[in-house]
Amino acid sequence: MFKTIANLRIGEKGFIEKLCLDNIPLKLLEMGCLPGIEVQLIQTAPLNDPLYIKVNGSHLAIRRETAEKITIAK
Amino acid sequence: MSNDKVVKVALIGNPNTGKTSLFNQLTGLKQKVGNYPGITVEKKQGLCKLNDTAKAEITDLPGTYSINPTSMDETLVLDALLNEKNNNFPDVVVVVVEIENIKRNLLLFTQIKDLKIPTILVINMIDQMKRKGIDIDVKQLEEKLNTKIVLASARKKLGIEELKSAILEYEKLDTTPIGKISDRIDKEYFTKLKDAFVEFPLYKSWLLITQNMEFDFLSDKQKKSVLKFRKDIESIKRYQHKETILRYQIINEVLKDSFNVDKSKASDLRGILDRILTHKIFGYVIFAAILLFIFQGIFDWASYPMDVIDTAFASLSSWAKSVLPPGTLTNLIAEGIIPGIGGIVIFIPQIAILFTFISILEETGYMSRVVFLMDKIMRKFGMSGKSVIPLISGTACAIPAIMASRNISSWKERLITILVIPFTTCSARLPVYAILIALIIPDKRILGILNLQGLTMMALYLLGFTAAIVSAVLLHYVLKIENKSLFVIEMPNYKIPSLKNIFYEVVEKTKAFIFGAGKIILALSIVLWFLASNGPSSFKEAEQTVTAQLESTNLSKQELQKKVASYKLEHSYIGYMGKTIEPVIKPMGYDWKIGIALISSFAAREVFVGALATIYNVESDSENVGTIKERMAAELNPTTGKKRFDFPTGISLLLFYAFAMQCIGTLAIVKRETNSWKWPILQLTGMGALAYFSAVIAFNILS
Repeated sequence: MFKTIANLRIGEKGFIEKLCLDNIPLKLLEMGCLPGIEVQLIQTAPLNDPLYIKVNGSHLAIRRETAEKITIAK
Repeated sequence: MSNDKVVKVALIGNPNTGKTSLFNQLTGLKQKVGNYPGITVEKKQGLCKLNDTAKAEITDLPGTYSINPTSMDETLVLDALLNEKNNNFPDVVVVVVEIENIKRNLLLFTQIKDLKIPTILVINMIDQMKRKGIDIDVKQLEEKLNTKIVLASARKKLGIEELKSAILEYEKLDTTPIGKISDRIDKEYFTKLKDAFVEFPLYKSWLLITQNMEFDFLSDKQKKSVLKFRKDIESIKRYQHKETILRYQIINEVLKDSFNVDKSKASDLRGILDRILTHKIFGYVIFAAILLFIFQGIFDWASYPMDVIDTAFASLSSWAKSVLPPGTLTNLIAEGIIPGIGGIVIFIPQIAILFTFISILEETGYMSRVVFLMDKIMRKFGMSGKSVIPLISGTACAIPAIMASRNISSWKERLITILVIPFTTCSARLPVYAILIALIIPDKRILGILNLQGLTMMALYLLGFTAAIVSAVLLHYVLKIENKSLFVIEMPNYKIPSLKNIFYEVVEKTKAFIFGAGKIILALSIVLWFLASNGPSSFKEAEQTVTAQLESTNLSKQELQKKVASYKLEHSYIGYMGKTIEPVIKPMGYDWKIGIALISSFAAREVFVGALATIYNVESDSENVGTIKERMAAELNPTTGKKRFDFPTGISLLLFYAFAMQCIGTLAIVKRETNSWKWPILQLTGMGALAYFSAVIAFNILS
């Protein structure tokens, strides 16, 4: 099992390992979500989706299905 | 003056960078909102005086994070920068970035710079630099980014003059791209691309082949080579990925020495507010409270100026009748034009209040929290968290709301949003609701603060939203469209809203509504007046017929005139139209006079009130015009002898107006936005059937 952004606990940080443009919108990369960058899960919305993350100085909200496709280095 | 030099400037930037504030500072009230040719996106342009002999024509392009569009409004930015044949093709681009998110904001800047268009960089919100512990070396940054930098604070009016002089000297700007990214991605591939389009800057060619859209400005030969390159999707995706990583590497390199943040100065106000506003329980409670406040505000506060306007126009009509010489022209003015204009002006308070609230919520950054809170819930209904804003805007007018759905990137979510928006209670329904509620619901307060009429209004809003949600769920299951989610939103910093921005926004939106819908309302009022005061031969002989019929009775002259007037209305053109549809609307409890109002409502719902006003006005004796409400309350049902607008009829009308798709403007915009007649026709028939049957059922149960 890979660890993804969706597996982070609230407040936990991790480094993005891999994301692939086949299932990740280019926009997410353009907003600073890049391999090797530190990401922190700030909060989840009620019902645990979407996720509120801080990455590369940007505060973003992404859906769980997207977060599940971004792996975190162990 | 006509020889003045005009520099074409495009304002571009991420959302939440204060781009609109800057635009307002540069252009003031010299703004105009038009449409882009062929598409209906609003184009905001304004003139700015640079010096005695030169002006700038500034176009405020929609906010975007990147030049690669993911939604319809972002496509505009791309088109404005690629299409040199476009009238708005800029001489110079002003990229606005915000001091705190400068790294992400610069991505867009590097992309635009690569297009070799002269570019000025405005770093906005510098007044917050000290507080946030930020330090910039402008000279060094200018050198590394190869551009002119202007430090500004649009809100505090800093740097505006400097920007104007920078725009004046745009021809001196260096247009060399930064960092030679193409060579670092794949030199061979990009050399091939360069050779295929020697006439374009390389980055422009790259954008042409990476976008999944047609560019009309290309020649057939160019289109062919574009298609050839697009076949290799694998490479395109891989290189886009690489491109973004490289751009960030360059930006990091550039910022390393010239930009410093002292993190100890950062405050956690945002974190605290976020925890409260997006809390699992309080988040929703706060959102519901805000909505309740807005709706009570629209109904309660707006009613005072609205009553004043209503009375003022009624007395204006009486006054016009008394001073002008009697005749057709006077009647046209007093019974057609004045009530027609009154019917438009009466909306201003409600629209202005609603847009004030919406723009405050947007300006503060709260709207993004609403999107965050609502996304998962809205997705269960086949929509997106971003649908919440259009649905709320729909409470003002469906037309801008449907246009506001353009930032939803998934087509299915966007289509469902567009289809259900007309169920939300638009302000055109408000006067209809307001007058009916005033007639059938007692003006009482319960628990001391809640007004019973206000609560009924709120119930109608909820009914509209419920209808929207239920039909969305149905559509979600019925529509078979693949749903690819590209949902990414920024959670911006909280800001204190700028009064100036709110003022401009409210003025602009209100103006757009009045001049858009207002024209239809006024024209229709005049047409209605004509149809009601003219008719075939039986109309012309009204006087004789009635007098002959009533010869034996001893009626006063005044009463006789009243009988003549109502006979006239019945035999006017519109009387015949109303009579024709009477059998169809009778099950809902309406007579032919209400039928006339229903027919006219198809131009715009609010015409209902104006139409009834015109009808009863023509009918009433000329001395005593009275307000619309008084006239409606006095109207009796000839068969039962009770009030015409009694409880069952009132409820039936309320339901009909809540559900029916009665707005030609909305149908037209849906056709344009979805590029098909299928969807507006579905709305018209589906909503019409729902309206009809619920009104029939309600009327029969209640009476």
